[in-house]
Amino acid sequence: MASLDLINIHKSFGATQVLHDISIGMADGEFLVLVGPSGCGKSTLMNIIAGLEEPSGGLVRLGDKDITHAGPADRNISMVFQSYALYPNMTVAKNIEFPLQMRKVDSSIRAERVQSVAKLLQIEHLLERRPRQLSGGQRQRVAIGRALAREPQLYLFDEPLSNLDAQLRLDMRTEIKKLHQRLGSTIVYVTHDQIEAMTLATRIAVMKGGVMQQLGTPHEVYNRPANLFVAGFMGSPRMNLVRARLTANGDVLSLEIQAGDRRRVAIALPPQPAALKAYVGQDVIAGIRAEAIFMANGEAVPEGKSHVVDARIEVIEPTGADTLVVLNLGGHEFTARLEPDLVLNQGQEGKFVIDLSKLVCFDPATEKLIA
Amino acid sequence: MADKKPLAAGRFALYAVLVFLALLFLMPVYVMAVNSLKPLEEIRNGNLLALPQLWTSEPWATAWSTAQIGVQPTGLKPYFINSFLIVIPAVVLSALIGALNGYILTQFKFRGANALFAAMLFSVFIPYQVVLIPMAKTLGFLGLAGTISGLVFVNVIYGIGFTTLFFRNYYAAFPQELVRSARMDGAGFFGVLLRILLPSSGPMIVVTVIWQFTNIWNEFLFGASFSDFSSFPLTVALNNLVNSSTGVKEYNVHFAGAFIAAIPTLVVYMVSGKYFVRGLMAGSVKG
Repeated sequence: MASLDLINIHKSFGATQVLHDISIGMADGEFLVLVGPSGCGKSTLMNIIAGLEEPSGGLVRLGDKDITHAGPADRNISMVFQSYALYPNMTVAKNIEFPLQMRKVDSSIRAERVQSVAKLLQIEHLLERRPRQLSGGQRQRVAIGRALAREPQLYLFDEPLSNLDAQLRLDMRTEIKKLHQRLGSTIVYVTHDQIEAMTLATRIAVMKGGVMQQLGTPHEVYNRPANLFVAGFMGSPRMNLVRARLTANGDVLSLEIQAGDRRRVAIALPPQPAALKAYVGQDVIAGIRAEAIFMANGEAVPEGKSHVVDARIEVIEPTGADTLVVLNLGGHEFTARLEPDLVLNQGQEGKFVIDLSKLVCFDPATEKLIA
Repeated sequence: MADKKPLAAGRFALYAVLVFLALLFLMPVYVMAVNSLKPLEEIRNGNLLALPQLWTSEPWATAWSTAQIGVQPTGLKPYFINSFLIVIPAVVLSALIGALNGYILTQFKFRGANALFAAMLFSVFIPYQVVLIPMAKTLGFLGLAGTISGLVFVNVIYGIGFTTLFFRNYYAAFPQELVRSARMDGAGFFGVLLRILLPSSGPMIVVTVIWQFTNIWNEFLFGASFSDFSSFPLTVALNNLVNSSTGVKEYNVHFAGAFIAAIPTLVVYMVSGKYFVRGLMAGSVKG
């Protein structure tokens, strides 16, 4: 196991720049997830780590060794591919053995390693089969097994779950997390699925258009998104984002929301960071997560930390575990995640509580978090 | 049931046409087989289509071992062996070079790869006659003129265009991730080709072998131009047998000789045709 440092990585194909100055430092044992929409450069970045592509500029360091220009075979990095990339002409055992064989590991050690990996992943009964005789989940296990057998310093996972059906995907996600906890290995994992990113990562790098938008723990990325893109991309349902006017009444700041024929809503805020004061009299983009909006149940709400508003229920979407409700609040649509047992009617007017400790504000011009 | 009648009639007409065409195609084979098993007098008396009255294997024996081809009455046997000595290395080498070219052209995207491939493809369309004189010069320069090795060389060069085309197109559809995975697992340049690509190329290898074997076995012009008495391939020997101007024309021996010359390609088709289909079926089930 080892640490990985990406220092000022650039990559361009001809005139198009696909990676802009990416720097990430990973400690030993970290699970880093690169997440972003397709075309954001996350796979290119992974290929650069793997040595399958050369960066146009910057350094890749594994442990304390500079591997920027080392070939993929000389890096001691294993990769699990999206299509599993199992060699169709070899049995499962041969597939797992292949990287060891290529590295001229002694045959008795190879056999031992194949056995221990197969046991770990519970694929012992599949060792003599060929890849085409396996199901998707089994292939996935074999691909992981092949990566494990070599005991590399770093593992790369390139969207390993996206070819599996929904249920299996959840199971394998848990398996991968368990594996990481058990082996303490350093892992870089690429996905476009923000839930996978949240559940697996010790840190997440959100990317868009070849630029790293934010690097942080899942908690940071979810609760303090660095900009509007991250706020909208991470979390399902999306964070509610609305343009609001910031006003000041003495020391108390308020957000005013109004659109269409609905009554204007003013939300008095708890004490805010000094940076926000500079926006008094101007518009900001306010963001609030769906789970930070509750239905008022008549109990007194702690003033300052939260705020009661009137809103109309437009759409009700029960998911079983909870019910998503689209509210009309001051003419804007907000999604709220409510208790599943509430009796709700479409068109119903009601009082809702907003937990203001979860509120974030963004600059409408730069789209950056105001902190 | 009533409306099934015209369908049945249509079927009948279809099969009648197919059977007729099959017979038409088989006719020359029948004529060759029947007349190679007759004494010469029966052929001279006419009726090429009749079955032999007196069955004999004498023409086959003559064609194989005693017919006058060159100076010596050697039969086709030594030339049959010559043809194998030319065909086997030429097929193996051109297939291997084609696989190597296909591997390089698809897995290493270098500048001009497509232009290079187009140029190699163009070589497929160059008529044999055009290259005769430059090739003769080249063989002379290499000291290979009139030898078996020289003919292997010529046929390999001429086959590379085709084999490259076959393997390039096959490897272009080959999953990139497999190659990338093998590279990360530590396979080198030849490791990827020998351990991953070639073992997965069964159907393409069979296609290449059928194509190259048939072409080189039946090739005449290079054989006639670049060989001497010791290195004639079978096609040239057969031509000499049939065109020998001395004595009586032994048609039954000629027919037998032609049949002998055709047997290896028939065998290749029959044996590998089966594997070819099997290979395609195995590949068609998504793996």
